[in-house]
Amino acid sequence: MTGHPPKKPPILELRNVGKTYQVKQGLFGKARPLTAVNDVSLSLSRGEVLGLVGESGCGKSTLAKILLGLEAPTTGQVLVDGQEIGDQDRLSLARRIQPIFQDPYSSLNPRKSIFDIVSLPLRVHGIGDRTQWEKQVREILDIVGLPARVMNTYPSQMSGGQRQRVAIARALIMKPEIVICDEPTSALDVSVQSQILNLLGELRREFGLTYLFISHDLAVVEHLASRVAVMYLGRIVEEADVAGLFDHARHPYTQALLQSVLTPEPGLGVPDTQLGMAYPNPIDPPSGCRFHPRCPLATDHCKSHAPRPIRTEQGLVECHLYDPESQMYKNEAA
Amino acid sequence: MEKPLLSVRNLTIDIPVGGGTLHAVRGIDFDLNRGETLCIVGESGSGKSLTSLAVMGLLSKTIRRTADRMDFDGTDLTRATPRTMRALRGARMAMIFQEPMTSLNPAYTIGDQLTEALLLHKPVGREAARARAIELLEKVGITAAESRLSQYPHQLSGGLRQRVMIAMALMCEPELIIADEPTTALDVTIQAQILRLLYDLGREMNMAMILITHDLGVVARVADKVAVMYAGELVETGPAAEVFNMPSHPYTRGLLRCIPLPGKTERGSKLGTIPGIVPSLVGDVQGCAFRTRCSYAEAACHGDIPRQGSGGHAFRCIHEDGNRHFEEAIA
Amino acid sequence: MAHTNINDPLLQEITGPTPGQMLRRRILGHQGLLIGAVVMAILLIVAIFAPLLAPHDPYAQSLMHRMEPPVFLGGTWDHPLGTDHLGRDYLSRLIYGARVSLMIGTIAALISGVIGTAMGVAAGYFGGRVDMVVTFLINVRLAMPVVLVALAVVAIMGGSLQVVIAVLGLLLWDRFAVVMRASTLQVRRREYVAAAQAIGASTPRVILSEMMPNIANNLIVVVTLEMAHAILLEAALSFLGLGVQPPTPSWGLMVSEGKNMMLFEPWLVLIPGAVLFLLVLAINLMGDGLRDVTAPENRS
Repeated sequence: MTGHPPKKPPILELRNVGKTYQVKQGLFGKARPLTAVNDVSLSLSRGEVLGLVGESGCGKSTLAKILLGLEAPTTGQVLVDGQEIGDQDRLSLARRIQPIFQDPYSSLNPRKSIFDIVSLPLRVHGIGDRTQWEKQVREILDIVGLPARVMNTYPSQMSGGQRQRVAIARALIMKPEIVICDEPTSALDVSVQSQILNLLGELRREFGLTYLFISHDLAVVEHLASRVAVMYLGRIVEEADVAGLFDHARHPYTQALLQSVLTPEPGLGVPDTQLGMAYPNPIDPPSGCRFHPRCPLATDHCKSHAPRPIRTEQGLVECHLYDPESQMYKNEAA
Repeated sequence: MEKPLLSVRNLTIDIPVGGGTLHAVRGIDFDLNRGETLCIVGESGSGKSLTSLAVMGLLSKTIRRTADRMDFDGTDLTRATPRTMRALRGARMAMIFQEPMTSLNPAYTIGDQLTEALLLHKPVGREAARARAIELLEKVGITAAESRLSQYPHQLSGGLRQRVMIAMALMCEPELIIADEPTTALDVTIQAQILRLLYDLGREMNMAMILITHDLGVVARVADKVAVMYAGELVETGPAAEVFNMPSHPYTRGLLRCIPLPGKTERGSKLGTIPGIVPSLVGDVQGCAFRTRCSYAEAACHGDIPRQGSGGHAFRCIHEDGNRHFEEAIA
Repeated sequence: MAHTNINDPLLQEITGPTPGQMLRRRILGHQGLLIGAVVMAILLIVAIFAPLLAPHDPYAQSLMHRMEPPVFLGGTWDHPLGTDHLGRDYLSRLIYGARVSLMIGTIAALISGVIGTAMGVAAGYFGGRVDMVVTFLINVRLAMPVVLVALAVVAIMGGSLQVVIAVLGLLLWDRFAVVMRASTLQVRRREYVAAAQAIGASTPRVILSEMMPNIANNLIVVVTLEMAHAILLEAALSFLGLGVQPPTPSWGLMVSEGKNMMLFEPWLVLIPGAVLFLLVLAINLMGDGLRDVTAPENRS
């Protein structure tokens, strides 16, 4: 399942996508640019699960909004099946890409019944009539494991796990090809989280879905993803297939992230990641390699020169340690 | 054996609600020695946070708390006056909350808030308190500690604020620290740092610590003792290594199966689940609360549940070893 | 499906009340709201059925029966609340006056509600420039003293029911705009709004169908506040002679007409004053009640 032929045409492709906001500080402050997403290129082929990991403020949620067409990228292109999303109308894009959000308490309208919520896509797109909506809602609820009688209930009457199932039903009722899962289980209890993860896995197999799975929980990403991209301050710093990334992480940031995963194994203690503590302010990103202030392996070269993406046999990594040219420079300096 | 610092017997918490009484916590017992870390782990609604608030005497007035014993180093907390509790809190027992932003007062500087408790509880002067604040900020790994004293909470990042909260809790050198989900709101790399810091400080200052969390990974790495709570009951308790290596209550085992284990769980395979939902705790609650979700449930689970186990490792289940041997045989 | 299975764990949980049921329960448990609603309903019925309820023509003068006292001060049942200085039946004028007060309150609150809601929602939803413009307009409006502006306009245009309604409607939208802007900002960040947008729902649909039901409760509260506000302002303007013009029966005007006689016949002022007080109190009780009753869902 993890192996996938690389030559399949990508169903979703990001080419040098960037998003810059103008942030005003104070009432009379001058607006300053905040680069939330910086020159990101990614591609997803049909049926794969790309895990996107990173800490809060790294730009992963902004990226999700761009993919959903909720934000326009400042630079670059997003292509779905080779077509740029800016050229497609909102409705046809919505038919292909659907989101599942993090917080099932905020993603369902409290004033609407479950039927109204799940059938909204059909109603917005003017597909079928009321009897067909009911039939389809019934079907999709069954698929996500909810009985049909929840149709007349309201979100406030449900538990977190049930709400998340409703959110999944809403996302899938129009049979999209791509689902953007933005931390879909981080607001749920452990025992519910595994149910939702199992469900997402089953649905992917059954409907041939492609997932972009955004999460900060590396254990979950490792379990579900076939490929993983690690994001730091708006940039993808490493990308590899899941085995490569988890077994041979290259970027020092990825290594630190992996070390920070606390598995339920007693006696191992809490790891010392040796990261400086402060996540940098995205308005004032560090010079050179953006990770250098926290990197235990940083050199003077890292402070002044931004690393370029290096392609290795297992994927991409953006670090001077793996750049033969930077290594040459280092040797000369030594 | 030394006398435990905190000893709780038959702690019960009832909350009056619209349709009756919510039996949020029902008869839990635990002991905590000096220098020891107890992790109370459970899902939302298990009563773990209420338990910690009950020990601190911070439950709201409408909530009823009863206990056969709640002894903190010779002080009977069940009979303690609000005045006694105030003197204990901050000075001898301190609390760290999940969201540092809501527990720090945005209108006061870090320095003011750090020194406040010390000036209140100990006969020290302003200068000495300030010096102590700087010392502790450095100890929790905050650089430029002196200049931080004049900063306001909003000027700090989430990780830094949580460090400030820890420093604040440590100001009076408490003997007991209760941390309620102290790292849940933080990023993974920061979480590891904060936990490590708490762990090291606990060792260094010989503090007892109660860590409330839902994250079994956190528990496994920092706990000396574990207490697993489900629907207001303590279903299993014992030394961390024993609980994790020989989980005896079906709920504990179910929880452990739910999380993917890097390197152990096959990628993409089906994870274990606990079917069903937490039962309502309003009204008459009898028998094992987990029976509605337990695959070994039988008629006897409606009755009194015996406490089993040897030494420090105990659990509540009618089945011998909670049918662990059964699952091991299958595996 | 028809038979409920008690062991079904899903059923055990989905048995809580629907939001509608919870709302009903809270409404019936709120005394202030119920009292306010009952008083409002009575006054509304009185206003609507004024021609049937009034014992006399409110405009019919009778110089023979001037200044007759109400029954409780020794008057006759022919004029239960007495007559005014022109011999008009006070009860009938009071009943017709309810029409004026309620009409002004309702229409002015409606006009300002539409203006303020549109501005507030637009500012909250679109943000940026739109928000800047709306915030500026709100500040401009807040800098104007309502009574003075109303006085000036009425003084220039002449006082009449229409002018008073128009002036109040165009002046009282500020609170609507402020409240709706804030609640829109709050709701806009909810993920169900993003979900609706990601489905491809149009902006009007997102605002009207997804967001409005969640912010409308705030609107109801402001409507009641502004209704009371408008009714009091109308009374004040009429009292000053710049509102509704005689002989139209208006409570404010009745107080004004009675003020000359206040020392000798205080009931001339006290009766319209009391019903005005009662109406505004009822409206405010309702508003407060509605806020209490609808807020809990907002919080969760």
